[in-house]
Amino acid sequence: MIKVRRLVKTFGPKPVLRGLDFQVGQGEFVALLGPNGAGKTTFLRILATLSRPKMGEVIVAGHHLPAEAAAVRRRLGVVSHQPLLYGDLSAEQNLRFYSWMYGVGDLEQRIDEVLHLVGLYPRRRDLVREFSRGMQQRLAIARAILHRPDILLFDEPHTGLDQEAAAMLDQVLREIASAGRTVVMTSHDISRAADLADRVDILSRGVITASESTDALDPIQLTELYRSVTRV
Amino acid sequence: MERIPKALIVLTWLTSAVFVVALYLVLFWAPQEAIMGDVQRVFYFHVAAGWVGGLAFLVTAIVGGIYLARGEQRWDRIAVASVEIGVVFTFINIVTGSIWARPIWNTWWTWDPRLVTATIMLLIYIAYIMLRQGIEDPDRRARFGAVYGIVGFISVPLTFLSIRIFRTIHPIVVGGSDPTALGAFNMTADMRVAFFFSLFTFTLIYVTLLWHRLRLQHLAEKIEERKLTALSA
Amino acid sequence: MPPTTEIVEHKIETSADGSLRAYLRSIGAIVWKDLAAEFRSRELIGAMLVFAALVILIFNFALELDIRTRETVTSGVLWVTFAFAGTLGLNRSMAIEKDRGCLDGLLLAPVDRSAIYFGKAIGNLFFMLIVEAIILPMYSVLYNVNLFQPGLILVILLGSIGYTAVGTLLASMAVQARTRDMLLPILLFPVLIPLLLAAVKASNGFLQGFEMAEIMPWINVMIAYDVIFIAVAFMVFDFVVEE
Repeated sequence: MIKVRRLVKTFGPKPVLRGLDFQVGQGEFVALLGPNGAGKTTFLRILATLSRPKMGEVIVAGHHLPAEAAAVRRRLGVVSHQPLLYGDLSAEQNLRFYSWMYGVGDLEQRIDEVLHLVGLYPRRRDLVREFSRGMQQRLAIARAILHRPDILLFDEPHTGLDQEAAAMLDQVLREIASAGRTVVMTSHDISRAADLADRVDILSRGVITASESTDALDPIQLTELYRSVTRV
Repeated sequence: MERIPKALIVLTWLTSAVFVVALYLVLFWAPQEAIMGDVQRVFYFHVAAGWVGGLAFLVTAIVGGIYLARGEQRWDRIAVASVEIGVVFTFINIVTGSIWARPIWNTWWTWDPRLVTATIMLLIYIAYIMLRQGIEDPDRRARFGAVYGIVGFISVPLTFLSIRIFRTIHPIVVGGSDPTALGAFNMTADMRVAFFFSLFTFTLIYVTLLWHRLRLQHLAEKIEERKLTALSA
Repeated sequence: MPPTTEIVEHKIETSADGSLRAYLRSIGAIVWKDLAAEFRSRELIGAMLVFAALVILIFNFALELDIRTRETVTSGVLWVTFAFAGTLGLNRSMAIEKDRGCLDGLLLAPVDRSAIYFGKAIGNLFFMLIVEAIILPMYSVLYNVNLFQPGLILVILLGSIGYTAVGTLLASMAVQARTRDMLLPILLFPVLIPLLLAAVKASNGFLQGFEMAEIMPWINVMIAYDVIFIAVAFMVFDFVVEE
């Protein structure tokens, strides 16, 4: 579903991604680990068509980026650490707005469906700015899956959530992943990543330094591996 | 340390020589204007500076367009360098104009269309520089610079036009600020030589400064790169 | 949480048949979203109105708007008020998009970037017109002048269109800079001068009952300004929002 070869991205003279190779198959759940400043968010923004690669090949769902970005956007759902929601609109209004933007056909029915999925149906008429961080994040997920994307990108979705909200988010994430979607999630929480994902890739200083199946390694081994490949 | 390119050294000396000749032509060779006297001599460099200002901003708008189309950083370097030179020369243009206007129009400042347009143009490009200073990401800075360089440049003729209409509708202005009415003169052949030579000289100065500025920019970026590699090593 | 089964194999309505319809629908969605949010919070129009009223009040004392001077300066006072109140609205309208990362949300949608521009610009135009529609009768009552003339309304419409066309473009840049709120007026006003000058002169022409032949050049300048800058903004907006 996603294929990246020798991807380079710089900010001015500063290189962020230095010839990164990456691949995700259909229905796979890949967690992208790495220290702050390793380029995780930058990489995800390139996959999300929000940022242009400087060099290298990026193919998402069979389309080249950035040339065929419009075709990719249709099949992509993105949750970043910002909720991408309007505080002065209700949960339902936010979803209605995005349904129109994506051209979702059966919108009323679909909005109810995703609200039920993330457990916000009873609060659907409340303003988003009154929501807690965890609720905003759940609504952000509802927004991301509204148009039934087959690829989902999560950029540190657990940031700023308390235990309970994080556990609830995990449950929603599992549910989404079990429906056969392809998921890429960045995180710096090793045990959570190992728990949710099929595979863990470690990004350090602009390249993927390790890629391991979570079946093969337990969290302790994974932590060891993380330490060894991210050491400066 | 990189050496200054030979061609640039030659160009710099050539420009200096040409400038000395232009000074001689303007100050001694061109005849004294009958009514205005020696103060008229300001006119040669005044117009030349205005010309370079306009040229510089035109270059910024054009390379801005090229940058947006191609995304190559070097076009943006030309755009910034050109704006900086343009701002200085537009400023020289306004100041020399004031020096001339004081004895001729009996005031430092009037609301003449050309004067006001030049000043608004100066403000647009100061805003351009401030916009760039407010953005850290170099790519975004270049893109915004290109967009504003184009938008600003397009607005200049509209500004001139609207102030022109403003004047024709209100012909009674304090002190008669219309330059064609007061302070107008016919150039003699010798004056024309000095005038066009000044234009040529200032264009040459523009090119020379632009080259130096680009080289400086290049060196600054080199240092930045070295710093980065030194830090990450 | 009630369990729900997710259906993946489900195609969303393809816009190949009606790409223009999808384009217009996105513009409409953005306008609706801005108006609905404003209807809930009333922050933007409220702030613009209070500010506009204050500007007029200050002018009242600064210029001593007695009957004779009033006739000649009314159009100037109005346009300065609109221009200042307008920057408040533009800043706020773009800050909403930036603060919770909503601009990314808009960019993720499979629509042309110019639809985002037109959506925001039309929304801003609405706010501007609403404020003007309240300021005009207020001014009329305060100073006992009739501002409801078709000619003046036309001028205000043309002026507001040009103002929001350029303002939306420049505000999208200003909001992404470090010095955002400070930057917008500095970027906007020098570029707006031909439009504001034409608007002031044309309004004054209508208020003082000048002949059309004297007003027409100004109307033409405004139309030219609107057309040119809408076209330019349409072409360059991509570069303002994309990375």
